[in-house]
Order: sequence, then C-alpha cells, then structure tokens
Amino acid sequence: MKREYLILATVFLLLALVPFLAAATGQTSWTRLVGQALIYGMAAASLNFILGYGGMISFGHAAFFGIGGYVVGIMYHHFDAGTSFLGVIPGTDQMLITLPAAVLVAGLAAALVGAMSLRTGGVQFIMITLAFAQMFFFLFISLKTYGGEDGIMVRRTNALPGLDMRNRDTLYWVVLCFAAAYYLFLRRLVQSSFGQIIAGIRQNERRMASMGISTFRYKLYAFILSGMGAGLAGALMVNFLRFASPDMMHWTRSGEFMIMVILGGVGTLAGPFIGAGVLFTVETTLARYTEHWMLPVGILLLVVVLTSKGGLMALIRKLTGGQK
Amino acid sequence: MILLIEQLLNGLQYGVTLFLLAAGLTLIFGIMGVINLAHGALYMVGAFAGAWVSIQTGSFWAGLLAGLVASAIAGVLVELGVMRRLYARDHLDQVLATFALILIFNQSTVLIFGRQPLFTSLPEMFSGSVEIVPGLPYPSYRLFVIAVGLAVAFGLYLLINKTRIGMLVRAGASNRQMVRALGVNIGGLYTAVFGLGALLAGLAGVMASPIMSVQVGMGDEIILATFVVVVIGGVGSVKGAFVAGIVLGMCDTMLRAFLPGLLQQVMPGSEAQALGVGISSMGIYLMMAIILLVRPRGLFAAQG
Repeated sequence: MKREYLILATVFLLLALVPFLAAATGQTSWTRLVGQALIYGMAAASLNFILGYGGMISFGHAAFFGIGGYVVGIMYHHFDAGTSFLGVIPGTDQMLITLPAAVLVAGLAAALVGAMSLRTGGVQFIMITLAFAQMFFFLFISLKTYGGEDGIMVRRTNALPGLDMRNRDTLYWVVLCFAAAYYLFLRRLVQSSFGQIIAGIRQNERRMASMGISTFRYKLYAFILSGMGAGLAGALMVNFLRFASPDMMHWTRSGEFMIMVILGGVGTLAGPFIGAGVLFTVETTLARYTEHWMLPVGILLLVVVLTSKGGLMALIRKLTGGQK
Repeated sequence: MILLIEQLLNGLQYGVTLFLLAAGLTLIFGIMGVINLAHGALYMVGAFAGAWVSIQTGSFWAGLLAGLVASAIAGVLVELGVMRRLYARDHLDQVLATFALILIFNQSTVLIFGRQPLFTSLPEMFSGSVEIVPGLPYPSYRLFVIAVGLAVAFGLYLLINKTRIGMLVRAGASNRQMVRALGVNIGGLYTAVFGLGALLAGLAGVMASPIMSVQVGMGDEIILATFVVVVIGGVGSVKGAFVAGIVLGMCDTMLRAFLPGLLQQVMPGSEAQALGVGISSMGIYLMMAIILLVRPRGLFAAQG
C-alpha cells in the first residue's frame, strides 16, 4: 500500500514537471501531447470501469465523450453569439458551469442508452451500444447550427476563477489535476461495495441475482457513472484543443478507447492511462514519419491481442515481480 | 409514382448487396461465434481486385472472377492466420483483433493502390437501361445486381437446406459444442464457411464497384449497416439476413430519397437537407434499437 502511494506521487510529480521539461528541451509540443494522452486516459479509464470491472463491452463509448465535448462547445457558441440554447439556457464560458453540465448531460445520455442496451447481452449489447453512438454521431452531423460536419471552434478556453486559462501550461496542470482526481475516484469506486457488486456481476450475474441484488440496476448505475466520466474527458478535450467535432464520437474512436484499455490492461486502474499514453505516443510519433502509420499500429495491436493476456500492466507486474 | 418505383428498386439493389455481406457474416457469427469487423475489408479486397483487373483487361467478367478469387484467398488466409486463434477468446479480443485487421487491410490497400478511387465501367451487355414500366428507364446493370443477389439467396437456401454441408452449417449455428462432440471435422468446416463468407463479400464488392466508387474505407461504411442487418435478422440465420437486408436496404434508400423533401415543407431548405440526411442515416440504427428491445435476439435467431 505504502509503495503504491509512493509510485502515484512520483508519477504525479513527474507529470507536473512536463511543462518545465518541455521548455528546457525546447520540445514545446510535449505538454500538448501529454495533456491529450491524459484526457484520453480518463476516457479509457471510464470505459474500463464498465468493460474491465463490469464485463459490459460497450462499443459506443465515444458518444459520451463527444456529448461532453459538445456541451462545452454549444455553451461557448451561445456565449459567443449572445444567444441561448433552445431560447432558455444562456451560454457560458465558465468552466465551473460547463464541466458539471457536460458530466450531467453525458450521464443523462448514458442513462437513456444504458436503460435500453442493458436489456440485451453479448453480441447484441456490443452492437446496440454501437448503434446508439452512431445515432448521436449522425445527429450532431445534421445540426447545422452547431457546425454540422465541421464542428464548433471554441476560440477561447473556458475560464476558471483565479487562473489564467489562456496559458497552455496552466491548462495542462488543470487537466493533470482532473486526471489525478479521476484516478483516485475510480480507485475508491472499485474498492467500494458498489465496485465489488459490479465485479461480482461480471464474474457471475446469476449468482449475484440470486443473492437478491438487482443486477440490472447496478449495471445501469455503472454505465451512467462511466458515461459521466467520458463526458468529463470530452469536455476537457474540447477545452484543451478548443474544438468540438462529430469526429469525437466516430465509431473508430470507440474502438480506439477499447484498444487503449486492452493495451494497458483490462480491469486495472493504471492500465487505461498507460494504454492511452502508449497508443497516443506511437500514433503521433509514427504519423511524423509516415502517413501509413495505421499499418504498424494495426500490426502491433494484432500481436498484442493474439499473444498477450492482460496487456502492458501484466508485463509491468511480471517485470516488477508480482507487485503493482 | 415513377420516382417511388425507381427508389424501391434502388433500395432492393442496396438490400441484396447488404444481404450478400450479411449472409457470410451471420454464418461466421453463428457458427464460430466470432465477431468479424474485418468482413468489410474483404468486401473492399473484392472490389479493388475486381476493379483493377477489369481496368487492366477491359473485361468486367475477368474482374468479377479476380475479385471472387482474391477475396476468397484473403478470407482463407485471415481464417488460418488470425481467426483460428480467436475462436476460444471472448468478444472483446475478437473485436480488437479484427479492428486491427481493418487498419492493416486499409493501409495495405493505400500502399498498393493509393488514395485515388478506382472507376470501372459497366459490362457491355448491361450498359443500357430497360423500361420496366412505361416512362421509367432503369439501368439494366442494377437489375442484374438484384438478379444475382436473389440467385445467390436461392443458391444458399439450397446449399443450407438440402446438402450435407448445409446440415453441418445449420447444426453448427444452433449448437456448436454438440457438432464438435459428434466428431465433425470442425476445423475444415470453419475454414470453408469463412471462405464462403469472404467469397460472398467479394461478390458484393465487385457488383457494387461500377455503381459506387472503389476506394479505401468503402468497407468501413458498409460493415456497420451489415452488422445491423445481422443483428436484426438474428445471429446465424441466413433467412433473417435476407429479410433484414432487403427491408433495411429499402428503408434506408427511401428515407434518404424522400425525407429531406418532406422536411423542406416545414423548415428552410439547407437545414432540412442536413437534418434529413442525418435522420435517414440514423434510421437503420433506430430500427435495430427498437427491434432489439422487442426481440433481444433478433427476428430469426438460430440459437435457442
């Protein structure tokens, strides 16, 4: 336990130093890359909660990521134009309002999707979550007011009282704090009785049901929580990139989130973050050398899936002799 | 009225294309229990091989043959190289491995053929059009596609219901373990079914190539619709794939053709256009969601 805290604190410190390291070495793109990887890590970690701990293979997780992002984008759009959403809700650029709103809306969407999808299981569940994500994808493409296929430019990052959010480094630290807080939240969630029930349902749903637990309800709660996490990540991403587009919820993005989870290690806390970091780094590095970067990524992924059980976390655990 | 008939025929043509893809996918799904996202890549392989050969030789029929052979070979190679290792794994690994295959196939195709779409011409004998009802000349090639689709459907019906292989396929779709326990050479059956599925996907690809442009990513677009067909029809059911394919193809085409026009009567033109296209793209997914809520296993599920 002591050792775990030590590792976490070290990693946090190292990540906090990234802007300084970037400035010192002149590689200013680092901050941007690490920031994005952290946000993708959050999205992957939220997916991992239902996928790894709950055994629900959702192939539509990018929808909630995109919805969270669009909430920030749409609110900024109305703030900028001085209009209001549906003529009732005025726009805003305050992060203290936009982030909770994004989480809430993503949670509502997840409640809707989950309530219907969780009636099915297996292959049908995978496909119905994919179907809902596609519906959201096409819905946002058809909204001409909010940019249609082009998406919304958010010209200025949301404001947070007392901080200069236009400073890229400040924004990075804010993202880092959110990622750290989300990690700790998931850590507690997994260890809670709720997390135990979710894991129990994965292992044997019938047994949990016969113990008197309403499995559908618990699965739905988990699905909603996970959607909210993805919404938070999406909202942060739009702030970070100052751009929201339907691309955020394309089905291949859902696939990428799954890859991050698998690559890092299913059902582990740090796995999704590691997976996101590795995949994102590999992608951006390869993209710099060749436009055909998808080929090596595809081969790498195939090899990882076919040969390994448990992803990179299992490898790390093996190397460190069974310790976390 | 004439427009309606024309769109119905277009829908039927799209429907049989979906059926050709879905038939193979549903068998692979039902018999081996494997989710093959890369099925669209085999469709692309068929289309590219067919288009390239027909451009080189100037003969559509040579292209057709090449497309079928290429996709079947690709299918068998994928089965032997990758799929074999995935049968015992859970759905998650299957989704990811076949997702990786999509990346590999797409990028390899870009490397070989480039990003420019290939254009093929119609075969000589089907380049004209036929007047089916007075005042409606309809391209005879599209009628040919419909005919081929229906013929394949009938052929599959005979194969599955009247032959020994078909019996094994049906048995495999309803109870995999039992077939294995009875001493059937399941490995050979798996390869054969996968090859057949790939062949049908390649056929769909070649048939579609003169109508749609042959380009990288063409498989990704149609694979989702194909999955919708498979899931609505019921996993493992060729009959379900046929019914769902035709219905979905028609619905999708009708929505795309008429919804923007209908919306234009209640809102300004450009917004109606965008919203109409958006909603019609959502249409098939909405249908799937509704049908799965009523029948969680699809319309004609083979597995009990």
